[in-house]
Amino acid sequence: MAGFGTRSGSPYSRGGGSPGFRFTLYALASIVIMVLDQRMDVLERARYVLQTLTYPVEVAVNAPVAGWHWLQRSFASRATLEAENRSLRTRMRTLEVRTLRFDALARQNAALLGLKHAVPPAAERWLPADIVDIELGRLRQRVLIDRGTRNGVFRNQAVLDDYGVVGQTMHVGPWSADVLLITDPEHDLPVQIARTGFRTIAVGTGDPNALALPYLPANADVKVGDELVTSGLGGIFPAGYPVARITQIHRGAIQRMSQVIAQPFAHLQTDRAVMLLWFRPGSPAAPVPPNLRQLPTGTPGAQPLAPPPPPTPPLCTPPPTARPTAGAATSTASPGTPAAHPPLKPSPSPPRTP
Amino acid sequence: MSTSAGGAIFKSVLVALLLTLLPLPSWLAVARPDFLVLVVFYWAIQTPRSAGIGLGWVCGLLLDAFQGPVLGEHALAVALVAYLGVREHQRIRTKPLMQQSLVVLAVLALYQFVLWAIDGWSGHPLTTPLRWIPAFTGALVWTPLAGALARTYRPRT
Repeated sequence: MAGFGTRSGSPYSRGGGSPGFRFTLYALASIVIMVLDQRMDVLERARYVLQTLTYPVEVAVNAPVAGWHWLQRSFASRATLEAENRSLRTRMRTLEVRTLRFDALARQNAALLGLKHAVPPAAERWLPADIVDIELGRLRQRVLIDRGTRNGVFRNQAVLDDYGVVGQTMHVGPWSADVLLITDPEHDLPVQIARTGFRTIAVGTGDPNALALPYLPANADVKVGDELVTSGLGGIFPAGYPVARITQIHRGAIQRMSQVIAQPFAHLQTDRAVMLLWFRPGSPAAPVPPNLRQLPTGTPGAQPLAPPPPPTPPLCTPPPTARPTAGAATSTASPGTPAAHPPLKPSPSPPRTP
Repeated sequence: MSTSAGGAIFKSVLVALLLTLLPLPSWLAVARPDFLVLVVFYWAIQTPRSAGIGLGWVCGLLLDAFQGPVLGEHALAVALVAYLGVREHQRIRTKPLMQQSLVVLAVLALYQFVLWAIDGWSGHPLTTPLRWIPAFTGALVWTPLAGALARTYRPRT
């Protein structure tokens, strides 16, 4: 309680000076903290400590909700459980049948591309995480998960659910991490239209059911129903994961950009658990590691001439379902060259579509 | 007297923080009043000696730790609210509750404006008009909230 203020003297002559003076001091302190916090590295340690300290409170606040869910689960009727069990088994069977051919397809794909070995999938390790149900800022699209650095979680890690991309981690504590959802207005996600390979950026709108594609020219080849997948640019999300389906396209007669809205596949509002993803660093579908962003790469046209890396197995696939049309010329080397290694895209943000 | 005031302040701040963090359905969460700010403002008016700008700043930092995009943002805004309360406490607390809630509306609008400005400057813009709703709901709940807080501790004036 001592920090709450001085308690002696009249309201106008306290030890700390007049209210105006004290407010000025506190305001200055706040501004200093804000400036330091904006330079991420300075307060990174403090953020870690804060994340540690706030987590018990957040778990406590979440406890009644979690208890309620636990009660619901415990008293679920046998019929409900059986129905759930049945649907899960059906789903598992479908998935198994689908994966049966996966290895064969991967080998076949590599053969078609002229590669000797099939490229391993980009995802190397998965970790499920539960969502701690708590208010992390009104109108901001953020959730808290119960995994942190103790589980190997790092900043800007990709987070997915069963249906698509969910977001990325922000502040990571030892046992918890904030996840910035793809629908947050601050989140920009480099995507690719699966049908055409056209690359663009999906921007959050603040509405959990809508992503905006503000950088599509009015004459871009987009249709309602087109699927968006991650493009692998930007250094956070591996290429080829489903993101959203385009639901609305509005082309004004005088506007140079079309207004396109897409609905995320991920069940952002009803998710109770998500998956954290570690990708294989060498895989061509993996995002560019952050330390490569700083490399001076010169003109994009000169990139394929870079010397091939030491004899690692040739790793290359084209972006999934991308046809060598529109976007293919802008970034990665052509799929046929075995010398091509993970595309050295220097910029953390993908090209804003020619 | 002061220990009892301190206890009441501490408990009310704790409850307000819990109410702020409690998960709610999204349509309800949008209208959730800024309980912690209201509590700070109440104590700044009623007991300007024991709870003032320092309390506001600490509570703001708490909000930042849980919800702020930038550390120090809420600290500044809540300290401003507390400062206004302390400065004008004699004028405000003699008014009837209905008029007080008009003052609260103005103060909360200012609070949101400060947050809005800092959000914009720091690169975390949140421009939807929905963000102004809590100012109104805060003014609405001021009367019952002040009534409830008055039962926890009444200063001798």
